[in-house]
Amino acid sequence: MIMHLAKLSVINFKNYAQADLELSAKINCFVGENGVGKTNLLDAIHYLALCKSNLNPVDTQNISYDAEFSVIQGVFDRKEKEETIYCSIRRNKKKQFKRNQKDYKRLAEHIGLIPLVMISPADYILIQGGSEERRKWMNGVIGQYDRIYLENMISYNRILTQRNKLLKENNNSSASRDVLEVLDAQLVQYGEPVYQARRDFVDRLTPVFQRYYQHVSGNKEEVKLNYFSQLMESDFEAALRSSRQKDLIVQYTTTGIHKDDISMDLGEHPLKKTGSQGQQKTYLVALKLAEFEFMQETMQNTPILLLDDVFDKFDAFRVKQIIQLVAENRFGQIFITDTNETRMMNILKEIPAEHRVFKITKEGIILQHS
Amino acid sequence: MHQNYSSKLLEEAVEEFSSLPGIGRKTALRLVLYLLKQDNEIVERFGNTVLKMKKEILHCRICHNISDTEMCNICSDNYRDHTTVCVVENIRDVMSIENTQQYSGIYHVLGGIISPIDGIGPADLTIDSLVEKAANNSIREVILALSTTMEGDTTNFYIYKKLKDTPINVTTLARGVAIGDDLEYADEVTLGRSILHRTRFEDTFRS
Repeated sequence: MIMHLAKLSVINFKNYAQADLELSAKINCFVGENGVGKTNLLDAIHYLALCKSNLNPVDTQNISYDAEFSVIQGVFDRKEKEETIYCSIRRNKKKQFKRNQKDYKRLAEHIGLIPLVMISPADYILIQGGSEERRKWMNGVIGQYDRIYLENMISYNRILTQRNKLLKENNNSSASRDVLEVLDAQLVQYGEPVYQARRDFVDRLTPVFQRYYQHVSGNKEEVKLNYFSQLMESDFEAALRSSRQKDLIVQYTTTGIHKDDISMDLGEHPLKKTGSQGQQKTYLVALKLAEFEFMQETMQNTPILLLDDVFDKFDAFRVKQIIQLVAENRFGQIFITDTNETRMMNILKEIPAEHRVFKITKEGIILQHS
Repeated sequence: MHQNYSSKLLEEAVEEFSSLPGIGRKTALRLVLYLLKQDNEIVERFGNTVLKMKKEILHCRICHNISDTEMCNICSDNYRDHTTVCVVENIRDVMSIENTQQYSGIYHVLGGIISPIDGIGPADLTIDSLVEKAANNSIREVILALSTTMEGDTTNFYIYKKLKDTPINVTTLARGVAIGDDLEYADEVTLGRSILHRTRFEDTFRS
């Protein structure tokens, strides 16, 4: 199934007081100088698919300065049916999502309807950042194709917060020990399936990733994704029991899937330490393209692809190749941002793919070419 | 926004009313001005009713529900089934279940659910009294009827562990697709559970 965003409207979203765009089902380019808000348009699409910003986790900070609310609305063509997704963010209120005018009771119900993969300069954090970033990435991908995973994750985090609070109070009463027992059982109940799903995800993604890496880099270094979880070493329930005393002393939960990590290796060494800039870039490109193909296969639905600052990771040849693949229906709808209009135009000229180019300036958005 | 009241007494009254949940300052002012317009005796009755309610209300010593007497209407009703106890969070849940007219057992009101984040532990609830009751009486079934939140589950689990070595049958409310819901729009987790915990069709029209 190929689905695409046909119309996008935003009100008071970041630097846009108002904008309405009619989009191409294939290639959409946002060109313009730095700081005019190209990435903000991608972020609006990110909101419509995943209910949150790719950049700023504080929703209200995405409302235009001085405005009280912001609205993002998208009309998607999905199975030849229109789906209108509406998102409103208000100060001091809960953000609200509607699908065809019907309110979602919980945001988690929306995730997965519109699969999306974003490639952006911020991806370096997967290599450079702490383990939290890599767990966030796994959650982001798995959560789109596995609703139960998302629910388990939400429940697990809630129980974890309760357990940590209980450990902080640290009163050694028998009642609170009993509550701890119950919370442990609940952590196991929700944590086990998360562990299984993550292991399965990394197992299935790895061959796709290795194939892309060979293809992109053209050399024989072996790349690996090594998933690590404390649950691999021992039964979760037993592990929680044996770290109980330690937990009571340090006053937080030291065992569980909230400690999981992925080591991103090149050959025998972690990429973070030994990889060159170029190798890291290639690694991330391969990883992201693998993520795309993996989601497409798993969900039987082609994700929307957002390429932010596309020449950060790709050279002109590679960009042309991707656009070629879009033209051949290998990809679905893509959104590209670039500062250099001529460069973009030159690439598009050579490929007979349907496309629209929007020139973005401080004054507004102009449809340049279609 | 600070409003200038022409009277200190008025301002104090508004202050009190706006301390109630769901009442803002504007609503509080409207209510106070309404009371001001009424006859003295009406306002006196209003005040006394609130005061009397607060001073004289009791908690049933059996089920801990709010009551006028030491033992509430439900617990003192001999026609009800005293071997079945339905565990609920608060009086509003008792009222909801009573409104269904499908239940003839008695209740046990916990007064909240376990949530360390909110500083509520088992000792703040009436769980001990439930366990005691279970040990002494001829209770055959305990129905756990708490909210379907994580904290509700924690509390259910906690109570279950306290009762599992007794001969009491511990049950919980069925969770499934709401009546009148289109399956297309049913939440996936609930629907998944409904499939796993499907019921015999015969049972759906028997009762």
